[in-house]
Amino acid sequence: MNRPAGEGARVAWMLLAPTLIVLALVAGWPLARTIWFSLTDAHLADLGAARFIGPENYLARDEDGWFGVLADPLWWRAVRNTSVFVIVSVTLETLLGLVIALVLQARFPGRALVRAAVLIPWAIPTIVSAQMWGWMLHDQFGLINDLLMRLGLIGHPLAWTADPGLAMGAVIVADVWKTTPFMALLSLAALQLVPVECLDAARVDGAGAVRTFRHVTLPLILPALTVAVIFRSLDALRIFDLIYVLTPGSEQTMSMSVYARQQLVDFQDVGYGSAASSLLFFFIAACTIGFMVLSRLRPTAGAAR
Amino acid sequence: MVAMKPGRRFLEFVVVVMVTMAGATAAEISVSCGAVGRELELCRSGAEAWAGSTGNEVRVVTAPSATNERLALYQQLLAARAPDVDVFQIDVIWPGILGNHFVDLGDRFRGQRQAFFPEMVANNTVDGRLVAIPWFASVGMLYYRKDLLDKHRLEVPGTWAELKETARKIQAAERESGNTKIWGYVWQGRAYEGLTCNALEWIASHGGGTIVDPSGAVTIDNPRAVAALDQAAGWVGTISPRGVLNYAEEDARGVFQSGNAVFMRNWPYAWSLAQAEDSPVRGQVAVAPLPAGGKDGERATTLGGWQLAVSRYSRHPELAADLVRYLTSAAEQRRRAIVAAYIPTRPVLLEDPDVLRENPFFRFVAETLPDAIARPSSVTGSAYNRVSNRTWNAVHGVLAGRTNATAALAKLERDLKRLHRRGGW
Repeated sequence: MNRPAGEGARVAWMLLAPTLIVLALVAGWPLARTIWFSLTDAHLADLGAARFIGPENYLARDEDGWFGVLADPLWWRAVRNTSVFVIVSVTLETLLGLVIALVLQARFPGRALVRAAVLIPWAIPTIVSAQMWGWMLHDQFGLINDLLMRLGLIGHPLAWTADPGLAMGAVIVADVWKTTPFMALLSLAALQLVPVECLDAARVDGAGAVRTFRHVTLPLILPALTVAVIFRSLDALRIFDLIYVLTPGSEQTMSMSVYARQQLVDFQDVGYGSAASSLLFFFIAACTIGFMVLSRLRPTAGAAR
Repeated sequence: MVAMKPGRRFLEFVVVVMVTMAGATAAEISVSCGAVGRELELCRSGAEAWAGSTGNEVRVVTAPSATNERLALYQQLLAARAPDVDVFQIDVIWPGILGNHFVDLGDRFRGQRQAFFPEMVANNTVDGRLVAIPWFASVGMLYYRKDLLDKHRLEVPGTWAELKETARKIQAAERESGNTKIWGYVWQGRAYEGLTCNALEWIASHGGGTIVDPSGAVTIDNPRAVAALDQAAGWVGTISPRGVLNYAEEDARGVFQSGNAVFMRNWPYAWSLAQAEDSPVRGQVAVAPLPAGGKDGERATTLGGWQLAVSRYSRHPELAADLVRYLTSAAEQRRRAIVAAYIPTRPVLLEDPDVLRENPFFRFVAETLPDAIARPSSVTGSAYNRVSNRTWNAVHGVLAGRTNATAALAKLERDLKRLHRRGGW
């Protein structure tokens, strides 16, 4: 916690200045402007005519009752949809990614090729993979229905992207397919860093594969895995393109980003849309702080054990 | 690496890149066309014919096929005063929303207005300015498989109730005889502008009004509208696949044209495609007006159609207007009608023998067109997007079984009235 004093501090600030300026320009300015717009009645057709209206876009009350983003049931549905999406998809991706990483860790012929091939879903642009999944999940001529019918698992074709009960599942499946390789890659990188000595020692002590994983490998890769989960969760909170292509217009799968875009672009309501965008930003910021606090607490807890 | 997801600006970016590349040489006119069915192909061939005869160049910029998504894109381009697209193809419901961004074509089309349907010219006139020229008209139509109706000795349905009964009978009989993929009726049920068009037809045919009446009053919460939606909700999962809840025009056509539906609601563009060489249902398709609401109900069809407008930010407004004049000319509209069944906006072409021979159904189009129901876009102006969005979401909820028609329409009426009060229109 020693602060550089005098000359040292000045040099430090000078070295930091370019980064800080760039950050202020590319992140700070747009963010400040979005928050400003969220306090106005700006309309996309004529941004110059925006008037300051205070927190009315967020929450206000007139003779009809409450209105604003926070009083919109659709916004809360979007919050719920996004949360469900993040929790389910990130959990599945982490578990599957870890399993794939463990397989790829083992030595077998053609391992390099398989490691590269696994990354293909991650390399395909989301727009393309979403459209591809849209066709595969099509209720009348989709591959998935055909396959499941042939296997006798379903009696009649299911409307994957249209049925309110299935649409979110379809979105999650497509996302898990796409992003599991990313989690596998990060898990594999963590596994490579586990010292062979530890594993050898565990074997000498007579621990089986499961025990070795549970008590040696997992604790050692946990910090890296946590970072991967945080990265992935923050990214998933912004989910937009997959939902926009796979289930356009549906309120059953509307995420916070889709909600904000609808207000900003479809309705041209820059003020209200900016309020939704700002709320999404605060939501993600709160999650980030939460994760940071948790990850700081954990090593102490681990040391105590 | 985490930030690889293209955000909401992605589409905008793609188009900006496309149009920037397109705007490389000086006398080049960019025209943004739709891409539903053969739209793009015909737009390109027409624009290139103009370019060839005038010595200019044209670039055809494609846009999303869902109309509400295209509107969003155009709004961004026009709000940014982008000079990259000179001629825009705009929907019949957009003149009120986008009119300020377009050149007044009144002077350039002096003496020619009378050649077009007066309703369409009136629709495209905003505050006395003629902001767009009607290019092709559109009405909702009932496509049916005449081979299947003949086989089962059934008549073309005159009411929605008859349609359900006929569809149910044929679907059951065909499935019995091994055609397991057949469905009775496909239409546009995705939560988008197309659903508003479909719902308006159901509601208006039951005498349930037009959501917002011409004076601006919200009229959607009425027993006839409730009956219309209840009826439509009864189709989902019985005569229509549940997937219809995510179908737009092309999804419905995909099912119908591959021979897997008895009836389809669609726009006229689907005619020439269903009758094309490579269509599995070629020669087995016929069209009829959409059914009436009931014994005392009437037939209703939503007025669609597309206009051509010249951007105020164009660098070559004169050339762009000339391209519009060419594309909306009688000769070009006649070609489009014969080749791809696009309904001309000039009444005289609807009596042209060659056009009628190729498209026999133009006879009833000529009758229904003047009575086609306009969506409440003029009266709601720039709030139309929200009105339509609330409408299609309410209807979608009823169709999907998440809520019932009585509750959904009562809530829709409350929402629209609040929008109205808060300065929507």
